[in-house]
Amino acid sequence: MVDLPKQPGMPDNVFLTKLDAAANWARSNSLWPMPFATACCGIELMATASSRFDLARFGAEVMRFSPRQCDLMIVAGRVVMKMLPVLQRIWLQMPEPKWCISMGACACSGGVFDTYAVVQGVDRFIPVDLYVPGCPPRPEQLIAALIEMQDKIMKTGTINGREFGKRTEATGPIPVELEEVRRSREAKIVEGLDIYQPPKM
Amino acid sequence: MTDLQPLIDKFALTTSEFRDNRRVVVAADKLMALLEALKNSHGFSMLIDITAVDYLEYEGATDRFGVVYCLLNMETGERLIVKTFVNDPQPSLPTVTKLWMGADWMEREVYDMFGITFTGHHDLRRILMPDEFSAHPLRKDYPIKGRGERHNFPVITRSES
Ligand code: SF4
Repeated sequence: MVDLPKQPGMPDNVFLTKLDAAANWARSNSLWPMPFATACCGIELMATASSRFDLARFGAEVMRFSPRQCDLMIVAGRVVMKMLPVLQRIWLQMPEPKWCISMGACACSGGVFDTYAVVQGVDRFIPVDLYVPGCPPRPEQLIAALIEMQDKIMKTGTINGREFGKRTEATGPIPVELEEVRRSREAKIVEGLDIYQPPKM
Repeated sequence: MTDLQPLIDKFALTTSEFRDNRRVVVAADKLMALLEALKNSHGFSMLIDITAVDYLEYEGATDRFGVVYCLLNMETGERLIVKTFVNDPQPSLPTVTKLWMGADWMEREVYDMFGITFTGHHDLRRILMPDEFSAHPLRKDYPIKGRGERHNFPVITRSES
Protein backbone atom coordinates (compact mmCIF):
# COMPACT_ATOMS: atom_id res chain seq x y z
CA MET A 1 0.00 0.00 0.00
CA VAL A 2 1.42 3.40 -0.93
CA ASP A 3 1.12 5.97 1.74
CA LEU A 4 0.94 9.49 0.42
CA PRO A 5 2.34 12.28 2.63
CA LYS A 6 0.01 13.79 5.12
CA GLN A 7 -1.68 17.04 4.22
CA PRO A 8 -1.50 19.90 6.72
CA GLY A 9 -4.47 20.03 9.03
CA MET A 10 -5.51 16.41 8.31
CA PRO A 11 -6.62 14.39 11.37
CA ASP A 12 -4.39 11.53 12.56
CA ASN A 13 -6.81 8.74 11.69
CA VAL A 14 -7.06 9.64 7.99
CA PHE A 15 -4.50 8.58 5.44
CA LEU A 16 -4.23 8.99 1.72
CA THR A 17 -3.47 6.38 -0.90
CA LYS A 18 -4.05 5.73 -4.59
CA LEU A 19 -7.28 4.19 -5.76
CA ASP A 20 -5.40 1.41 -7.57
CA ALA A 21 -3.52 0.52 -4.41
CA ALA A 22 -6.70 0.53 -2.37
CA ALA A 23 -8.44 -1.70 -4.91
CA ASN A 24 -5.48 -4.08 -4.94
CA TRP A 25 -5.45 -4.23 -1.19
CA ALA A 26 -9.14 -5.07 -1.12
CA ARG A 27 -8.87 -7.65 -3.87
CA SER A 28 -5.85 -9.44 -2.49
CA ASN A 29 -7.40 -9.88 0.91
CA SER A 30 -10.68 -11.25 -0.30
CA LEU A 31 -9.92 -13.80 -2.96
CA TRP A 32 -12.77 -16.09 -3.91
CA PRO A 33 -11.23 -19.33 -5.12
CA MET A 34 -12.77 -21.54 -7.76
CA PRO A 35 -11.69 -25.04 -6.69
CA PHE A 36 -11.05 -26.92 -9.91
CA ALA A 37 -10.17 -30.08 -8.04
CA THR A 38 -9.89 -33.07 -10.34
CA ALA A 39 -7.69 -35.49 -8.43
CA CYS A 40 -5.78 -36.19 -5.23
CA CYS A 41 -4.51 -32.60 -4.94
CA GLY A 42 -8.12 -31.61 -4.47
CA ILE A 43 -8.13 -33.45 -1.14
CA GLU A 44 -5.20 -31.36 0.00
CA LEU A 45 -7.01 -28.26 -1.17
CA MET A 46 -9.96 -29.24 1.00
CA ALA A 47 -7.62 -29.79 3.93
CA THR A 48 -6.18 -26.33 3.38
CA ALA A 49 -9.64 -24.84 3.49
CA SER A 50 -10.70 -26.69 6.62
CA SER A 51 -10.15 -25.69 10.22
CA ARG A 52 -6.70 -27.09 10.87
CA PHE A 53 -4.93 -25.07 8.19
CA ASP A 54 -7.69 -22.53 7.77
CA LEU A 55 -7.42 -20.62 4.54
CA ALA A 56 -9.87 -18.14 6.06
CA ARG A 57 -6.97 -16.53 7.90
CA PHE A 58 -5.82 -15.23 4.54
CA GLY A 59 -9.19 -14.10 3.31
CA ALA A 60 -9.64 -16.82 0.72
CA GLU A 61 -12.13 -19.13 2.35
CA VAL A 62 -15.16 -18.48 0.17
CA MET A 63 -14.91 -21.36 -2.29
CA ARG A 64 -17.55 -20.92 -4.91
CA PHE A 65 -18.60 -23.55 -7.38
CA SER A 66 -19.85 -21.02 -9.85
CA PRO A 67 -17.04 -19.44 -11.87
CA ARG A 68 -19.06 -16.23 -12.16
CA GLN A 69 -18.48 -15.54 -8.49
CA CYS A 70 -14.77 -16.34 -8.34
CA ASP A 71 -11.55 -14.54 -9.03
CA LEU A 72 -8.91 -17.14 -8.24
CA MET A 73 -8.83 -20.42 -10.11
CA ILE A 74 -6.99 -23.19 -8.26
CA VAL A 75 -6.33 -26.06 -10.64
CA ALA A 76 -5.71 -28.95 -8.26
CA GLY A 77 -5.05 -32.24 -9.96
CA ARG A 78 -4.46 -33.71 -13.38
CA VAL A 79 -6.47 -32.39 -16.27
CA VAL A 80 -7.27 -34.82 -19.05
CA MET A 81 -7.97 -33.92 -22.65
CA LYS A 82 -11.70 -34.43 -22.19
CA MET A 83 -11.66 -32.05 -19.23
CA LEU A 84 -9.52 -29.31 -20.76
CA PRO A 85 -12.31 -27.67 -22.81
CA VAL A 86 -14.32 -27.53 -19.58
CA LEU A 87 -11.40 -25.92 -17.75
CA GLN A 88 -10.98 -23.34 -20.50
CA ARG A 89 -14.67 -22.57 -20.50
CA ILE A 90 -14.75 -22.11 -16.74
CA TRP A 91 -11.72 -19.85 -16.97
CA LEU A 92 -13.44 -17.74 -19.61
CA GLN A 93 -16.57 -17.52 -17.46
CA MET A 94 -14.71 -15.99 -14.53
CA PRO A 95 -14.95 -12.22 -14.48
CA GLU A 96 -11.84 -10.02 -14.51
CA PRO A 97 -9.73 -9.45 -12.54
CA LYS A 98 -8.83 -13.10 -12.15
CA TRP A 99 -5.78 -15.17 -11.32
CA CYS A 100 -4.81 -18.79 -11.59
CA ILE A 101 -2.80 -21.08 -9.32
CA SER A 102 -1.65 -24.37 -10.76
CA MET A 103 -1.38 -26.74 -7.82
CA GLY A 104 0.71 -29.90 -7.82
CA ALA A 105 3.01 -31.63 -10.25
CA CYS A 106 0.17 -32.83 -12.45
CA ALA A 107 -1.43 -29.47 -13.06
CA CYS A 108 1.97 -27.87 -13.65
CA SER A 109 3.51 -30.46 -15.93
CA GLY A 110 1.42 -33.60 -16.20
CA GLY A 111 3.44 -35.19 -13.42
CA VAL A 112 4.06 -38.87 -13.83
CA PHE A 113 1.09 -39.22 -16.17
CA ASP A 114 2.83 -38.82 -19.49
CA THR A 115 0.05 -40.52 -21.45
CA TYR A 116 -2.23 -39.81 -24.39
CA ALA A 117 -5.03 -38.56 -22.17
CA VAL A 118 -3.33 -36.22 -19.71
CA VAL A 119 -2.59 -32.61 -20.62
CA GLN A 120 1.07 -31.90 -19.94
CA GLY A 121 0.56 -28.77 -17.86
CA VAL A 122 -2.47 -26.50 -17.83
CA ASP A 123 -0.25 -23.49 -18.53
CA ARG A 124 -0.07 -24.62 -22.12
CA PHE A 125 -3.67 -23.63 -22.60
CA ILE A 126 -4.65 -21.12 -19.92
CA PRO A 127 -2.57 -18.38 -18.29
CA VAL A 128 -1.13 -19.41 -14.92
CA ASP A 129 0.16 -16.96 -12.33
CA LEU A 130 1.66 -19.25 -9.72
CA TYR A 131 2.89 -22.81 -9.68
CA VAL A 132 2.87 -24.90 -6.52
CA PRO A 133 5.25 -27.87 -6.73
CA GLY A 134 4.73 -31.12 -4.86
CA CYS A 135 2.78 -34.31 -5.14
CA PRO A 136 0.59 -33.27 -3.44
CA PRO A 137 1.78 -29.93 -2.06
CA ARG A 138 1.38 -29.55 1.70
CA PRO A 139 -1.35 -27.14 2.77
CA GLU A 140 1.42 -24.86 4.01
CA GLN A 141 2.77 -24.67 0.47
CA LEU A 142 -0.61 -23.70 -0.87
CA ILE A 143 -0.95 -21.07 1.82
CA ALA A 144 2.52 -19.78 0.92
CA ALA A 145 1.42 -19.60 -2.69
CA LEU A 146 -1.68 -17.70 -1.67
CA ILE A 147 0.41 -15.17 0.27
CA GLU A 148 2.65 -14.79 -2.75
CA MET A 149 -0.43 -14.37 -4.90
CA GLN A 150 -1.59 -11.53 -2.65
CA ASP A 151 1.82 -9.98 -3.07
CA LYS A 152 1.57 -10.27 -6.81
CA ILE A 153 -1.91 -8.78 -6.86
CA MET A 154 -0.70 -5.85 -4.79
CA LYS A 155 2.09 -5.26 -7.27
CA THR A 156 0.34 -5.74 -10.59
CA GLY A 157 -3.40 -5.20 -10.48
CA THR A 158 -4.90 -1.87 -11.51
CA ILE A 159 -8.49 -0.88 -11.23
CA ASN A 160 -9.13 -1.19 -14.95
CA GLY A 161 -6.72 -4.08 -15.53
CA ARG A 162 -4.95 -2.32 -18.43
CA GLU A 163 -1.73 -4.28 -17.89
CA PHE A 164 -3.50 -7.44 -19.03
CA GLY A 165 -4.11 -5.87 -22.42
CA LYS A 166 -0.38 -5.92 -23.16
CA ARG A 167 -0.03 -9.62 -22.53
CA THR A 168 -1.07 -11.21 -25.78
CA GLU A 169 1.37 -14.09 -25.71
CA ALA A 170 0.71 -17.32 -23.89
CA THR A 171 3.10 -17.47 -20.97
CA GLY A 172 3.48 -21.22 -20.67
CA PRO A 173 5.77 -23.45 -22.71
CA ILE A 174 4.96 -23.94 -26.40
CA PRO A 175 1.98 -26.27 -26.56
CA VAL A 176 3.77 -28.73 -28.79
CA GLU A 177 6.67 -30.92 -27.82
CA LEU A 178 9.12 -31.60 -30.62
CA GLU A 179 9.38 -35.18 -29.39
CA GLU A 180 5.66 -35.49 -29.79
CA VAL A 181 5.72 -34.14 -33.30
CA ARG A 182 8.37 -36.70 -34.18
CA ARG A 183 6.29 -39.48 -32.70
CA SER A 184 3.17 -38.35 -34.46
CA ARG A 185 5.00 -38.29 -37.79
CA GLU A 186 6.16 -41.83 -37.22
CA ALA A 187 2.77 -43.07 -36.11
CA LYS A 188 0.44 -44.57 -38.66
CA ILE A 189 -2.42 -42.32 -39.69
CA VAL A 190 -5.82 -43.66 -38.69
CA GLU A 191 -8.77 -43.47 -41.06
CA GLY A 192 -11.35 -40.90 -40.09
CA LEU A 193 -9.12 -38.96 -37.69
CA ASP A 194 -10.83 -35.67 -38.39
CA ILE A 195 -10.90 -33.36 -35.39
CA TYR A 196 -7.93 -34.75 -33.50
CA GLN A 197 -5.27 -34.25 -36.12
CA PRO A 198 -1.64 -34.38 -35.11
CA PRO A 199 -0.49 -30.80 -34.46
CA LYS A 200 1.02 -29.03 -37.47
CA MET A 201 4.41 -27.41 -37.10
CA MET B 1 -18.40 -76.42 -7.50
CA THR B 2 -20.64 -76.56 -10.51
CA ASP B 3 -20.02 -79.56 -12.70
CA LEU B 4 -18.99 -78.07 -16.01
CA GLN B 5 -18.21 -81.38 -17.72
CA PRO B 6 -21.36 -81.42 -19.89
CA LEU B 7 -20.62 -77.90 -21.08
CA ILE B 8 -16.99 -78.71 -21.72
CA ASP B 9 -18.03 -81.60 -23.93
CA LYS B 10 -20.79 -79.69 -25.65
CA PHE B 11 -18.86 -76.51 -26.47
CA ALA B 12 -15.36 -77.99 -26.79
CA LEU B 13 -13.98 -75.79 -24.02
CA THR B 14 -10.40 -75.75 -22.84
CA THR B 15 -10.15 -75.21 -19.12
CA SER B 16 -7.48 -74.13 -16.69
CA GLU B 17 -7.40 -73.23 -13.07
CA PHE B 18 -5.61 -70.58 -11.05
CA ARG B 19 -5.99 -70.55 -7.27
CA ASP B 20 -9.76 -71.03 -6.92
CA ASN B 21 -10.72 -69.46 -10.24
CA ARG B 22 -11.78 -71.70 -13.06
CA ARG B 23 -11.21 -70.39 -16.54
CA VAL B 24 -12.68 -71.65 -19.76
CA VAL B 25 -11.81 -70.68 -23.31
CA VAL B 26 -14.53 -70.88 -25.92
CA ALA B 27 -14.68 -70.21 -29.64
CA ALA B 28 -16.26 -66.86 -30.49
CA ASP B 29 -19.22 -68.35 -32.38
CA LYS B 30 -20.21 -70.54 -29.42
CA LEU B 31 -19.82 -67.78 -26.84
CA MET B 32 -23.44 -66.66 -26.75
CA ALA B 33 -24.81 -70.19 -26.34
CA LEU B 34 -22.31 -70.93 -23.58
CA LEU B 35 -23.08 -67.77 -21.62
CA GLU B 36 -26.79 -68.43 -21.98
CA ALA B 37 -26.39 -71.94 -20.63
CA LEU B 38 -24.21 -70.68 -17.77
CA LYS B 39 -26.73 -68.06 -16.78
CA ASN B 40 -29.93 -70.02 -17.22
CA SER B 41 -29.00 -73.51 -16.07
CA HIS B 42 -25.86 -73.13 -13.96
CA GLY B 43 -26.75 -70.18 -11.78
CA PHE B 44 -24.12 -67.69 -12.91
CA SER B 45 -26.56 -64.87 -12.45
CA MET B 46 -24.15 -61.95 -12.24
CA LEU B 47 -21.73 -60.54 -14.76
CA ILE B 48 -18.87 -58.96 -12.84
CA ASP B 49 -16.84 -57.53 -15.67
CA ILE B 50 -16.05 -57.62 -19.33
CA THR B 51 -12.59 -56.70 -20.40
CA ALA B 52 -10.19 -57.37 -23.23
CA VAL B 53 -6.51 -57.98 -23.88
CA ASP B 54 -4.55 -57.06 -26.97
CA TYR B 55 -2.12 -59.86 -27.80
CA LEU B 56 -0.32 -58.01 -30.57
CA GLU B 57 3.33 -59.12 -30.57
CA TYR B 58 2.65 -61.34 -27.57
CA GLU B 59 4.90 -64.35 -27.47
CA GLY B 60 3.11 -67.44 -28.72
CA ALA B 61 -0.22 -65.71 -29.26
CA THR B 62 -2.24 -66.77 -32.28
CA ASP B 63 -5.15 -64.35 -31.99
CA ARG B 64 -5.16 -60.59 -31.70
CA PHE B 65 -7.75 -59.84 -28.99
CA GLY B 66 -8.90 -61.87 -26.02
CA VAL B 67 -12.23 -60.85 -24.52
CA VAL B 68 -12.80 -61.90 -20.93
CA TYR B 69 -16.13 -62.31 -19.13
CA CYS B 70 -16.05 -62.70 -15.35
CA LEU B 71 -19.14 -64.41 -13.95
CA LEU B 72 -20.34 -64.90 -10.40
CA ASN B 73 -22.80 -67.40 -9.02
CA MET B 74 -24.67 -65.41 -6.40
CA GLU B 75 -25.92 -68.54 -4.58
CA THR B 76 -22.62 -70.31 -4.06
CA GLY B 77 -20.15 -67.46 -4.51
CA GLU B 78 -18.43 -69.43 -7.24
CA ARG B 79 -16.64 -67.52 -9.96
CA LEU B 80 -15.99 -68.47 -13.55
CA ILE B 81 -13.93 -66.69 -16.15
CA VAL B 82 -14.90 -67.15 -19.76
CA LYS B 83 -12.49 -66.11 -22.44
CA THR B 84 -12.79 -65.92 -26.17
CA PHE B 85 -10.68 -64.61 -29.04
CA VAL B 86 -11.47 -62.26 -31.90
CA ASN B 87 -9.33 -61.01 -34.73
CA ASP B 88 -8.72 -58.14 -37.12
CA PRO B 89 -10.23 -56.77 -39.28
CA GLN B 90 -13.32 -55.61 -37.46
CA PRO B 91 -13.23 -57.73 -34.33
CA SER B 92 -16.80 -58.29 -33.31
CA LEU B 93 -18.86 -60.29 -30.81
CA PRO B 94 -22.57 -60.60 -30.07
CA THR B 95 -23.75 -58.39 -27.23
CA VAL B 96 -24.64 -59.95 -23.88
CA THR B 97 -26.86 -57.07 -22.79
CA LYS B 98 -29.82 -59.35 -23.43
CA LEU B 99 -28.60 -61.67 -20.68
CA TRP B 100 -27.17 -59.11 -18.26
CA MET B 101 -28.27 -55.51 -18.71
CA GLY B 102 -25.22 -54.46 -16.73
CA ALA B 103 -23.06 -55.37 -19.71
CA ASP B 104 -24.14 -52.14 -21.39
CA TRP B 105 -21.37 -49.84 -20.15
CA MET B 106 -18.78 -52.62 -19.96
CA GLU B 107 -19.21 -53.32 -23.64
CA ARG B 108 -19.04 -49.64 -24.41
CA GLU B 109 -15.76 -49.46 -22.52
CA VAL B 110 -14.28 -52.41 -24.39
CA TYR B 111 -15.44 -50.84 -27.63
CA ASP B 112 -13.92 -47.49 -26.70
CA MET B 113 -10.57 -48.86 -25.60
CA PHE B 114 -10.09 -51.73 -28.07
CA GLY B 115 -12.47 -51.09 -30.96
CA ILE B 116 -14.21 -54.43 -30.56
CA THR B 117 -17.82 -53.99 -31.68
CA PHE B 118 -20.72 -55.76 -30.02
CA THR B 119 -23.42 -56.50 -32.55
CA GLY B 120 -26.92 -55.93 -31.26
CA HIS B 121 -25.81 -53.47 -28.58
CA HIS B 122 -28.46 -50.75 -28.43
CA ASP B 123 -26.16 -47.79 -27.81
CA LEU B 124 -22.56 -48.55 -28.72
CA ARG B 125 -20.86 -45.20 -28.19
CA ARG B 126 -17.57 -44.21 -26.63
CA ILE B 127 -17.77 -44.02 -22.88
CA LEU B 128 -14.38 -42.74 -21.68
CA MET B 129 -12.78 -40.88 -24.56
CA PRO B 130 -14.43 -37.84 -26.17
CA ASP B 131 -16.76 -38.62 -29.06
CA GLU B 132 -14.47 -37.07 -31.67
CA PHE B 133 -11.56 -39.29 -30.65
CA SER B 134 -10.93 -41.74 -33.43
CA ALA B 135 -8.33 -44.18 -32.11
CA HIS B 136 -8.70 -47.00 -29.62
CA PRO B 137 -6.03 -46.18 -27.07
CA LEU B 138 -5.51 -49.51 -25.31
CA ARG B 139 -4.52 -51.23 -28.53
CA LYS B 140 -0.84 -52.06 -28.51
CA ASP B 141 -0.21 -50.26 -31.80
CA TYR B 142 -1.41 -46.96 -30.35
CA PRO B 143 1.54 -44.96 -28.97
CA ILE B 144 1.30 -44.45 -25.20
CA LYS B 145 1.86 -40.71 -25.53
CA GLY B 146 -0.82 -40.44 -28.15
CA ARG B 147 -0.73 -38.87 -31.57
CA GLY B 148 -0.81 -35.29 -30.36
CA GLU B 149 -4.46 -35.27 -29.32
CA ARG B 150 -3.58 -33.98 -25.86
CA HIS B 151 -1.91 -30.90 -27.35
CA ASN B 152 -4.53 -30.07 -29.92
CA PHE B 153 -6.44 -27.30 -28.17
CA PRO B 154 -6.65 -23.55 -28.56
CA VAL B 155 -4.34 -21.55 -26.28
CA ILE B 156 -6.11 -18.94 -24.19
CA THR B 157 -3.88 -15.97 -23.40
CA ARG B 158 -4.26 -13.42 -20.67
CA SER B 159 -5.62 -10.70 -22.91
CA GLU B 160 -8.17 -12.96 -24.58
CA SER B 161 -9.73 -14.20 -21.40
S1 SF4 C 1 0.46 -33.89 -8.18
FE1 SF4 C 1 0.30 -35.83 -7.05
S2 SF4 C 1 -1.30 -35.46 -5.53
FE2 SF4 C 1 -1.50 -33.87 -7.11
S3 SF4 C 1 -2.98 -34.66 -8.59
FE3 SF4 C 1 -0.94 -35.23 -9.30
S4 SF4 C 1 -0.62 -37.29 -8.48
FE4 SF4 C 1 -2.30 -36.37 -7.32
